[in-house]
Amino acid sequence: MSAPLTKTPAPLPEELAAPERTGRRGAALVQRLVVARELGILAALVLLVVVTVIANPRFLSGQNVRDLLLSAAILTVLAAGQTMVIITRNVDLSVGSVLGLSAYATGTLLVVAPDLPLVVAVLAGMAVGAACGLINGAIVATAGVPSLVVTLGTLYAFRGLDSLWASSADRLQINAADLPSGFKSLGTARLLGVPVLFLVAVVVVVVVGYYLRTFRSGRELYGIGSAPEAARLSGIPVGKRVLTAFVVNGALAGLAGVLYAARFQTLDTTAGTGQELFVVAACVVGGVAIFGGSGSVYGAALGALLLTTIGTALPQLGLDPFWRDAAVGALILAAIALDRALQLRLAARLRGRNARSDR
Amino acid sequence: MTVETAPAPAAPAPAAPARRGLTLPSGSVITTFLVLFLLVAAVTVPGFASTRNAGFLLLDVVVIALIALPLTLVVVTGEIDLSVASTVGLSSAVMGQLWIAGLPLEAIVPLVLVLGAVLGAVNGFLVTTLGLPSLAVTIGTLALYRGLAFVVLGDQAVADFPRAWTTWAISSIGSTGIPTVVVPLLVLIAITAVVLHATPIGRSLYAMGNSEDAARFSGIDVARTKLWLFVATGVVAALGGVYWTLRYGSARADNATGLELQVVAAILLGGVSIFGGSGGLLGVMAGALLLASVRNALQLVNVPSDVLNIVTGVLLITAVVAPQVTARVKRRLARRRPAS
Repeated sequence: MSAPLTKTPAPLPEELAAPERTGRRGAALVQRLVVARELGILAALVLLVVVTVIANPRFLSGQNVRDLLLSAAILTVLAAGQTMVIITRNVDLSVGSVLGLSAYATGTLLVVAPDLPLVVAVLAGMAVGAACGLINGAIVATAGVPSLVVTLGTLYAFRGLDSLWASSADRLQINAADLPSGFKSLGTARLLGVPVLFLVAVVVVVVVGYYLRTFRSGRELYGIGSAPEAARLSGIPVGKRVLTAFVVNGALAGLAGVLYAARFQTLDTTAGTGQELFVVAACVVGGVAIFGGSGSVYGAALGALLLTTIGTALPQLGLDPFWRDAAVGALILAAIALDRALQLRLAARLRGRNARSDR
Repeated sequence: MTVETAPAPAAPAPAAPARRGLTLPSGSVITTFLVLFLLVAAVTVPGFASTRNAGFLLLDVVVIALIALPLTLVVVTGEIDLSVASTVGLSSAVMGQLWIAGLPLEAIVPLVLVLGAVLGAVNGFLVTTLGLPSLAVTIGTLALYRGLAFVVLGDQAVADFPRAWTTWAISSIGSTGIPTVVVPLLVLIAITAVVLHATPIGRSLYAMGNSEDAARFSGIDVARTKLWLFVATGVVAALGGVYWTLRYGSARADNATGLELQVVAAILLGGVSIFGGSGGLLGVMAGALLLASVRNALQLVNVPSDVLNIVTGVLLITAVVAPQVTARVKRRLARRRPAS
């Protein structure tokens, strides 16, 4: 997978070289399909935007687009982290609760110490998230228990912890008035007209994307997801890598919590409830296979953007906003059906090639 | 010399006690835990053992236990259905809309059950015919069905159902405090238990969960069986929607939001493996009752209900981690024995 593709190998006996070459052409074919898959989502997104703009030209007005990007930022950060976990054939359902806990922690910190530098508040939120991710990852990696079950448990536990904290501190809600203005301006700040929160999400996606594509440990995450047993036998430290994926995902969910606090500025213990399903949906729509081993963070980010755009475009198209969830559901089903069709075609074509080269 | 050790040659001896340990009915640990908890709570928590409280507790557990019945079978085959709570919501919304349209409840209920069958069949078709992963499919239909519920009923609530029906839904048998609805639920539990544990169909579900290929080669029609399980889950979830609407006297599109996680939690707490192939109905029912009782008892001692989520989460994780840890300890002991 990570072997250099450009170098020509030393001349090999014909019978050895042939399968090698098919393998490479196969890899290139897979790569083309992945790119095609991402272009597909992008095309769907563009189509949606174009149709909406024709129906309502003001859809692309500055304020509208900024609102859209702000809403997408939080989901995108969550989807970037979730992609790392899903690629290893795991899932983290607790991200909504982690978001809530870290948003509340950041809010509390800023209420208690309003003069704190912004960076410290952001890092504190991420640290809370990373701690939650560590708990998830440690249980999954050491006890050998399916992550779906563990993170379903921590979905409840972290949310309960959030409530326990809020009720024992007698601060059930944190309002905009309680938060320092420096932090609040983060929610509305812009750089060259683009909301800063969205830029944060873009940076996260690019960094995670670069890591997954380039670093050896990033490639190993794909290996673990494709065939956990083979990965173990080939010397990949599976437990350590999975733990890392969960911790990074936790930290990113923590960051999403900080973004949430900055954007909405009114925090109670229900922040982020139900987000886990939208995050997994964004990944699946973006072509990240639910059983691991394939997909990219760029696809997941496009998925998040597409899901958010549907939510804001429907009212503009004159459709009841109630259609949003139904459209999201239909999109998920279409995406996994498409993935299955591509997978079957790819398998058939690779079989065809191997059969030809065997002759 | 005892009879047990006499015929045993050196090697297979350690395996025998382990095998005997497995013959305990599945779910007996969680059931024991439930009984102990009920005893302790009855003595220490004031008001827990009252008939009134028992009635409330049972009313709260009815829909979860009901939906857990078919869903347990689905999980045993190695699949999952996360769309059940959305099916409850959509059934409730359709029920409300049909009631507004002037249909009598006697006609609405069968229609809603048919709707449930269709919703389940959609899941089943996508999973079995198209071969898509059920986790992803039912996350999709979770959003789709909930969305359709809002499309059907919007954010309004329909609350003028006939008094006779809504009072029946929360009535109790005589002065016992036991809700009337528990009786039909017990019948359904009995039917499901017989199907799962005493028929070839039930055995075939475990076979599929353990190895789908092996099940197929031994002549089981895996796809058709799974399709029917999804249909059954849809019908039962729709029944849950009808009951939910009557019990709270209100048809709303957001009814039972998030209930799927509670049902899955009860099933996993009851000892059913998320990968399929093991577990039983006794454990699942005990799991559902345990979750509800712990919540109920803590509420009585004034723990805020949101905080109870911690208990649910920790119980669930403990329930899956504990057997893994004991299995590992046992394996280590077994490995050490021949050496010493």
